[in-house]
Amino acid sequence: MADLSCNVGGIKSPNPFWLASAPPTDKLYNVERAFRAGWGGVVWKTLGIDPPIVNVSSRYGAVHYNGQRMMGFNNVELITDRPLEVNLQEIKQVKKDWPDRAVVVSLMVPCNEKDWKYIINKIVDTGCDGVELNFGCPHGMSERGMGAAVGQVPEYVEMVTRWVKESTDLPCLVKLTPNVTDIRKVAHAAKAGGGDGVALINTVNSIVSVDLDQMAPEPTIDGKGSHGGYCGPAVKPIALHMVTEISKDPETQHLPISAIGGISNWRDAAEFIALGASGVQVCTAAMHYGFKIVDDMIDGLNNWMDEKGYATLEDFRRMAVPNVTEWQYLNLKYDIKARIDESTCIHCGLCHISCEDGSHQAIREIKANGQRSFEVIDEECVGCNLCMFACPVPDCITMERVDSGTEYQNWTTHPNNPMRVEDN
Amino acid sequence: MTTIDVRAGRLSQEQLALNFTDAHPALLTGNALVEANRCYFCYDAPCVDACPTSIDIPNFIRKISTGNLKGSARDILSQNIMGGMCARVCPTETLCEGACVRETQDHQPVRIGELQRYATDSFMESGETIFERAESSGKKIAVVGGGPAGLSCAHRLAVLGHQVVIFEARDKLSGLNEYGIAAYKTVNDFAQREVDFILEIGGIETRTNQRLGQDVKLDDLRQQFDAVFLSVGLGDVNSLGLESEDIAGVYDAVETIAELRQSGNLAELSVGRRVIVIGGGSTAIDIAVQSKKLGAEDVTLAYRRGPEQMSATWKEQEFAQTNGVQVKHWLAPKSLQSENGHVSGIEFECTTLNPQGKLTATGELRNMEADVVFKAIGQTLVNTLDAAAEMPETEAGKIAVNAEYETSLAGVWAGGDCISSGEDLTVHAVEHGKQAAIAINRKLS
Ligand SMILES: Cc1cc2nc3c(=O)[nH]c(=O)nc-3n(C[C@H](O)[C@H](O)[C@H](O)COP(=O)(O)OP(=O)(O)OC[C@H]3O[C@@H](n4cnc5c(N)ncnc54)[C@H](O)[C@@H]3O)c2cc1C
Ligand SMILES: Cc1cc2nc3c(=O)[nH]c(=O)nc-3n(C[C@H](O)[C@H](O)[C@H](O)COP(=O)(O)O)c2cc1C
Ligand code: SF4
Repeated sequence: MADLSCNVGGIKSPNPFWLASAPPTDKLYNVERAFRAGWGGVVWKTLGIDPPIVNVSSRYGAVHYNGQRMMGFNNVELITDRPLEVNLQEIKQVKKDWPDRAVVVSLMVPCNEKDWKYIINKIVDTGCDGVELNFGCPHGMSERGMGAAVGQVPEYVEMVTRWVKESTDLPCLVKLTPNVTDIRKVAHAAKAGGGDGVALINTVNSIVSVDLDQMAPEPTIDGKGSHGGYCGPAVKPIALHMVTEISKDPETQHLPISAIGGISNWRDAAEFIALGASGVQVCTAAMHYGFKIVDDMIDGLNNWMDEKGYATLEDFRRMAVPNVTEWQYLNLKYDIKARIDESTCIHCGLCHISCEDGSHQAIREIKANGQRSFEVIDEECVGCNLCMFACPVPDCITMERVDSGTEYQNWTTHPNNPMRVEDN
Repeated sequence: MTTIDVRAGRLSQEQLALNFTDAHPALLTGNALVEANRCYFCYDAPCVDACPTSIDIPNFIRKISTGNLKGSARDILSQNIMGGMCARVCPTETLCEGACVRETQDHQPVRIGELQRYATDSFMESGETIFERAESSGKKIAVVGGGPAGLSCAHRLAVLGHQVVIFEARDKLSGLNEYGIAAYKTVNDFAQREVDFILEIGGIETRTNQRLGQDVKLDDLRQQFDAVFLSVGLGDVNSLGLESEDIAGVYDAVETIAELRQSGNLAELSVGRRVIVIGGGSTAIDIAVQSKKLGAEDVTLAYRRGPEQMSATWKEQEFAQTNGVQVKHWLAPKSLQSENGHVSGIEFECTTLNPQGKLTATGELRNMEADVVFKAIGQTLVNTLDAAAEMPETEAGKIAVNAEYETSLAGVWAGGDCISSGEDLTVHAVEHGKQAAIAINRKLS
């Protein structure tokens, strides 16, 4: 059994699976059940200053793809709609009952020192393990100068983080919005302000669909809609990239990361950790399937770590980071070709037509005795992988390495590169 | 000595209603979407080759998945105007679904037939139209026989701008769709609703109770019309070649099915307690299953060869068995037994293939008691369609045609069961009618 315990910027938990700040973490009743199911921690649904916000009815939109429900999910919900005092009481209770779990409190108040210091003073009493500054919410709150409206301006991020760190010793995670052009700038600011780590990503600006009868975006609220925040499996690639940007940046490479975005299972979590995350947070998957999914997350990660011989998360954390490089350093001599396993081929023709119309016309359709088969033309195949992805039969198309494996040349020295460095 | 037990009303009205509902109920929207998304959208898809009418299957399925049901129905109906009926009656396991790559992959083909029904039903319910007639050609064509082949031909000719008159011997159109197909495959009067849908195109006059050779003459039709299309199906049935085949209790399956299909009250049909069906095709399966559903206690289907040689597909055989029909192979009827002029049983001779692969009797005998015996050993063309007229040449008992569906007589085309060299299926008849219409149009313009 591997040791799954984790430490994110000073916040400890028995496993790296936390519930992200969202409806699953909005009250004692939920958080209790989540902890009973095995979650390592929660980031409480974002608190604000009373009077509480009000929400609209019809709040979520979803992207279903080819029968798969909720591969993308979006919402126009705001922060907690319960009075501050009720939340504080419940947080205190939960922390008392579950001392080994991480209880982090997410916060969002107007962008002034007085309000931030006021709320910090309020929450220290709960015994929580840390705070998370919600600079991410891209809808509603941002119109009021909060959430992403702060998160998109590095100077504000640094300033607010500093106010918080000046008022408490509690570990402080800064939750970043992905709705920026360079995530590193905001991460720098969080660090400069004294943040103990970053949490990312919050939701991506989105309109998930348009109701073509009402001619309005969905979710539709009495004929109108507003952009929302996108999350779920669809955003994972964006989150992986942003986490990597921070992991690779010399200035933030040691800044703890709580990774969020489309994490649905242990495999997703392992990928984020391999790219530098110390722990992960989950929202959509828990909203879709319930708290029980954490069972496989813990179990699956454990089994995989045992199999690989990793005793702790630190053993494989950041292991994939050095292999993320710039395009210009990729080996241009590396050469792969598609290989079709005739014994499992079902003759759907998708490899042929995808390559024919979409890539390099490198798969020939051969018809003989009423049977058809498909043949790769090695001279034309550029090794792009398209056919392998289009093929519906697992492992029917694989890519075979055909170069000698000993040669290396990258773009920096390539003769076609006008800026090449002559000296190799 | 047994007592012959043949009577009506073996089951309650409620039970009969239950037994004769749709054997394969329509897909609900949610299921249709899941099923549509299982299609891989193959390139040059094998299912399309396997469809006798070459419907662009991946395309119509994709349109279901995007909610473009009108486009989906157009893809189907433009190739096969009886796409609705075919969706219900085609043995898809040997056609499109048999060729589906997912059948190859995991024996779970996309349920193409059911999706086709989903698309065509939705469209027909919408009451919209997709066909427009070309400008009038001024040509008139006679179609003899208003079954699938005739209706398909008439519809395509009408689309191409010709004027069509259908001469039909019976009082309803639709041929075996109305009189032959098993009741639980086409419920709620679908055959007639489909006829109405087809005739909506306009330009098709229908004259029922007009039998060729009796009420109309081929020679006259050839004079009065620019072309004639014969689609009279198969009016006769093969006989067992046994002595006293005409005793009471021995029936022709096709005739009995026609009675059943036209019956307003199934409880009034008389049913034997013990029924033996002789044959190995879908008609045999249909009469056996329908007898069972009407309340027969024991239904045995006896076929003189093995399961592989049966023309009924494996799925039809399985369907019969799950409906309580006992299927026995390698039995050839030898003689009929009777009691007071009513059949009471059959003596069978066991058969086998000799080393040369020829069917031979083993000499072993089996006796089976029966109250009713159905003959379902194939249909044949009535060879005296119009005794007075010059008739087209025949070949192996059917009307001979060339690749353009033209007969030996100038200006006379033919299609459907009356020409077919292969299997007799609705979908083949529809294709013949369509292709003949295209050929006639080419010839006339
Ligand atoms: C019991 C049974 C079950 C079947 N089940 C299936 C099935 O499940 N699936 C499937 O694909 N196929 C099935 N078939 C086969 C299918 O019904 C036929 O292949 C199809 O109907 C042939 O169409 P057709 O137009 O050639 O002939 P028919 O459907 O036979 O139509 C011929 C028409 O011509 C009329 N006619 C005949 N003689 C004359 C005349 N002298 N003058 C004027 N009109 C005339 C007839 O009244 C009839 O309306 C079944 C057949 C039978 C008998
Ligand atoms: C309905 C809903 C409400 C959310 N509310 C908050 C919130 O109050 N505070 C916050 O920081 N993030 C909030 N989020 C964002 C999530 O915490 C998380 O960052 C995002 O959903 C990405 O993770 P996922 O892909 O696992 O869902 C919310 C998300 C959803 C779906
Ligand atoms: S790898 Fe790309 S180029 Fe090569 S055969 Fe496949 S699709 Fe074509």
